[in-house]
Amino acid sequence: MTSVTMTVNGKSVTREVPDTTLLSEFLREDLRLTGTHVGCDTSQCGACVVHVDGKAVKSCTTLAAAQDGAAVTTIEGVASGGDLHPMQAAFNQHHGLQCGFCTPGMIMAGIDMVNRYQAEGKALTSEAIRHELEGNICRCTGYHNIVKAIEDAASNMSTVPAAAE
Amino acid sequence: MYPTKYHKAESVAGAVAALAAAEDGRVLSGGQTLIPTMKQHLAAPSDLVDVRNVAGMQGVTVGPGTVTIGAATKHADVAASAELRQHIPGLAALAGGIGDPAVRAMGTLGGSIANNDPAADYPSAVLALNATVITDRREIAADDYFDGMFATALEDGEIVTGVRFPVPTRAAYSKFPNPASRYAMVGVFVAETGGSVRVAVTGAGSDGVFRHGGLESALSANFSAGAVDGVAVEADMMMSDIHASAAYRAHLVSVVAKRAVDAALA
Amino acid sequence: MSEGIGARVARKEDKRFITGKGKYTDDIRMENQAYAAFVRSPHAHARVTGIDASAAEAMDGVVAVLNGAQLTGDGIGNIICGWAITSKDGSPMNMGAWSALATEKVRYVGDAVAVVIADSQAQARLAAEAVDVSYEVLPAVAMADKAMEGNAPQIHDNAPGNMVYDWEIGDEAATDAGLAAATHITELEITNNRLSPNPMEPRSAVATFDASEDHYTLYTTSQNPHVARLVLSAFYNVAPEHKLRVIAPDVGGGFGSKIYIYPEEITCLWASMKTGRSVKWTSDRSEAFLTDAHGRDHISTAKMGFDANGKITGFKVDTIANFGAYMSLFSSAVPTYLYATLLSGQYNISNVYCGVKGIYTNTVPVDAYRGAGRPEACYLIERMLETAARELNIDPAELRRRNFIQSFPHETPVIMTYDAGDFDGNLDKAQAAANLAGFPARKAEAAARGKLRGIGYSCYIEACGIAPSAAVGSLGAGVGLWESAEVRVNPVGTIEVLTGSHSHGQGHETTFAQIVAERFGVPIDNVSIVHGDTDKVQFGMGTYGSRSGAVGMSAIVKAMDKVEAKVKKIAAHTLEASEDDIVIEGGEVKVAGTDKSMAWHEVGLSAYMAHNLPEGMEPGLKEGAFYDPVNFTFPSGTYIAEVEVDPDTGVTEVVQFTAADDFGTIINPMIVEGQVHGGVAQGIGQAMLEQVIYDDDGQLVTGSYMDYTMPRASDVPFYTIEHNTTVCPNNPLGIKGCGEAGAIGAPPAVINAITDAIGTNDLQMPATPQAVWNALQMVKAPMAAE
Repeated sequence: MTSVTMTVNGKSVTREVPDTTLLSEFLREDLRLTGTHVGCDTSQCGACVVHVDGKAVKSCTTLAAAQDGAAVTTIEGVASGGDLHPMQAAFNQHHGLQCGFCTPGMIMAGIDMVNRYQAEGKALTSEAIRHELEGNICRCTGYHNIVKAIEDAASNMSTVPAAAE
Repeated sequence: MYPTKYHKAESVAGAVAALAAAEDGRVLSGGQTLIPTMKQHLAAPSDLVDVRNVAGMQGVTVGPGTVTIGAATKHADVAASAELRQHIPGLAALAGGIGDPAVRAMGTLGGSIANNDPAADYPSAVLALNATVITDRREIAADDYFDGMFATALEDGEIVTGVRFPVPTRAAYSKFPNPASRYAMVGVFVAETGGSVRVAVTGAGSDGVFRHGGLESALSANFSAGAVDGVAVEADMMMSDIHASAAYRAHLVSVVAKRAVDAALA
Repeated sequence: MSEGIGARVARKEDKRFITGKGKYTDDIRMENQAYAAFVRSPHAHARVTGIDASAAEAMDGVVAVLNGAQLTGDGIGNIICGWAITSKDGSPMNMGAWSALATEKVRYVGDAVAVVIADSQAQARLAAEAVDVSYEVLPAVAMADKAMEGNAPQIHDNAPGNMVYDWEIGDEAATDAGLAAATHITELEITNNRLSPNPMEPRSAVATFDASEDHYTLYTTSQNPHVARLVLSAFYNVAPEHKLRVIAPDVGGGFGSKIYIYPEEITCLWASMKTGRSVKWTSDRSEAFLTDAHGRDHISTAKMGFDANGKITGFKVDTIANFGAYMSLFSSAVPTYLYATLLSGQYNISNVYCGVKGIYTNTVPVDAYRGAGRPEACYLIERMLETAARELNIDPAELRRRNFIQSFPHETPVIMTYDAGDFDGNLDKAQAAANLAGFPARKAEAAARGKLRGIGYSCYIEACGIAPSAAVGSLGAGVGLWESAEVRVNPVGTIEVLTGSHSHGQGHETTFAQIVAERFGVPIDNVSIVHGDTDKVQFGMGTYGSRSGAVGMSAIVKAMDKVEAKVKKIAAHTLEASEDDIVIEGGEVKVAGTDKSMAWHEVGLSAYMAHNLPEGMEPGLKEGAFYDPVNFTFPSGTYIAEVEVDPDTGVTEVVQFTAADDFGTIINPMIVEGQVHGGVAQGIGQAMLEQVIYDDDGQLVTGSYMDYTMPRASDVPFYTIEHNTTVCPNNPLGIKGCGEAGAIGAPPAVINAITDAIGTNDLQMPATPQAVWNALQMVKAPMAAE
């Protein structure tokens, strides 16, 4: 057993967990944050994507013990107060989800890619979005509306003037 | 996964000591291959020694005619390195194409080459760029390092701490991804240094990453995509599986090699 | 009415999913919960000669290790197939015994032989590995054609030659005569590749036995919780229905694979009784590949005859259908009544004949997967038409138009009666939207870039809204296929709709609310949809076969009719008017042509206050209804795919995809188009990416996403969707259904486009880069190729 302390969605948490505990298990079973989903065991589906220290990672492919001291944001932590994050709102508005199972990972990956592209001043085209979603699998939507949602959210999250490109 | 003991190493010496003390220890770096392997009960190390935070195993350092990358440097950081983009842009581009964004945020150079998956991208760069693998105890030339699928020259308990890449005249990597896994089904890294060309192929060979002498001779004589056309790429050394026959892989080696040459010339 | 029929209303259910508050089965944790891990056969075919659980039983946290002998000893019944098919010689189908935990024999890799119950999932999984099962390994066979050979291993004693059934439909002699009269015959051998459904949420079950009440509760990933309860009770003897509550909470996709009642749910319920613990099992993806029912897996030979005018004179098909090791719940109906009955397609063909041999193999059971039989039929017909057009040198759209059915109702030679459609209209709309006129320029532009561009059509028709109960009963179905609903108007005027349909991504909480809003003028936020719980909803047949709109909503309409009648009576009484003069408009109940009205909620309040109701009227405002469809519904459409092939590598990209669908009335176009997007992506997946492969020993080669190619965002284009609506005359809303069309219509369009691009018809699905490259080598050097 290892004592693990993390800041999860802004709150400090400490738990004693077996060394084999995955971050996804820590979130789902120890913290009961069940919005983070597990859809495969080979690190390809991306349903488990959360942000660790501001970057999207697959929570099923890292140990909780290895993330001792990290700041973790899950799908439960992206809305501020009662206000949905623009990425969440865009998924609703553009019908970017059906069964909802891949959705938390999609939203977390979507926020991450917008952040990275904006930090680099690059335009997030629909083609780039499709490429960036390589690690997120959806079986319901055919991706059409997911791509539209991320495109739209990117414009609503924009901090870079349009002229920058 | 089977029970294991997690250790967080602070230094190379500490990591080596922890590994030495373990019954069947493994170095844990980004874990993007090791953790899934353990989840599927295909690996059962008694101890995991996490080297991600070891000082001296991080970052991209430019020296005279070389770029050294710490073994624990994440793919995303390699891809984003301004120095690397300036000196070996083909290597930065390779790192930016490994796995997916979440994998690149965790996975590391050291983890990739220590595991030596036959479909991994980095081994082709290490081999084609004639890099030197630096460990806790020695330096190993790329030609001596890779030893077939999932096998390397590393001794038990030896830890890769970094890789020193000579800066080539030009170099590039091109990948044909496996449709399912998106690992390299065929990946070719070409590097020209002072008129001499090295070509390393990953994903395709029946015994892991390899150099292709025919392509190297032809491209050393004439570094152009057209030069690849005259080179026979034999199918008998290629892997064959449900995704690609040996003959198809051999064909793709030529196609992908041309694309790599074109990218290097671009 | 901005929220009623036809409105693109954003989904009400989204908020919980986008904030991580969805409640899926694996999110549920009961008090005193233990975990199940199954001991599964590593062999495709073997006798179980012994199970030694002693080491496992001694491990930390292990509560119990249970086996098949104990399960059958407790009277738990075998898993059954619910649709009896009769072979052409009159004999019944050969259903092999399937115990939830195998007793004497295992018949596929993954067949469960025992279960470990432990305090944690990790402990259960470790202990499952420690259960020592002795096997006598038997020869195995994975391919259906090989399983028919004389020396093939026998999988079930009661199925000689591994034959489930040898079935036929249509007039063989007349079809042979039609073919004999043809001036041209097109012939193809076509495989329909085996697929794994892969909903993103793996299957899961949490079972709790309450000894004090002799009562069971099962949370499970089901598309049809009432059917699960019925079957668990009536056939598996787990508990009588009134002692068993089945809840399917949020379910993360199904695509057919969550219709069936699997060994794991049965075992968890029984193990909960045996151990006195709640028992949870959650599949991981590897286990899902091994144990979720697969789809498709047909081998067919087809002949289609044409006269000198390009009119079809006959269509004859022989199909071998792989059933896997056991007959799953719907399996027998899929390659028969859901497949061969659609072989007339959109065409006026006098003679169609199809023979189907159902075959056992040492693979996981095969059952309905999105489209279920209809994609296999559509793929055959539409590849035949396109191939024939090339052989006859007739434009493929023109050849279809010459054969389209023009008037309705139309009775096909394979027992379907199409009720409505506009096949020329679908094709016109698709051609216009796809900018057909611009194709030659696009092809030339692609050629300049070194790419081969091709175009392909698919004119699909499907039978949905399953199904009239008496009709399917006469064909062997073990259940009626009606649907039920209850509409409760509360005293404050808000409305709850209890439906037997189940939503696992289809957006029922929004769409169903929209038809209530349309009818009663209440905002959709005042309507809640209740589903998925056998304690709340009186009964339901669940969601599959694109039936929730055509059948499920029709039941709601029937219940609303009764509510409306009562509302009018109350209002007429209160407002002192004639019932016939009462209208419901804009949230008010009015006397037409006067200023007399009651607010909607005042009627609700009156009904429950019951101070002043018409003489003899019961208080309350709640009505239920069962709706039994009078016919199948027949969605149809035209899909046009354009692809570009890289001749150097065989890599193929779908660059344009146009759909023109006739779904009948559309309630929420946004949701309907989303269904098409997803269906088309699955169709592109089947055409180009996906294939389950077993090796000759019956080992599953494609056991994870490392080897089974799921469509990703970069594999598919944006889709262009058009609607060409003809209203279904046979249900109150005029709905045909939209859930499966994409998966049915897309594969032939894509393959027709690829074969157009590469210049050969010799290509099977999936058209992977390797397969396309091989085909290109054959075109280049037909003699030299391997």
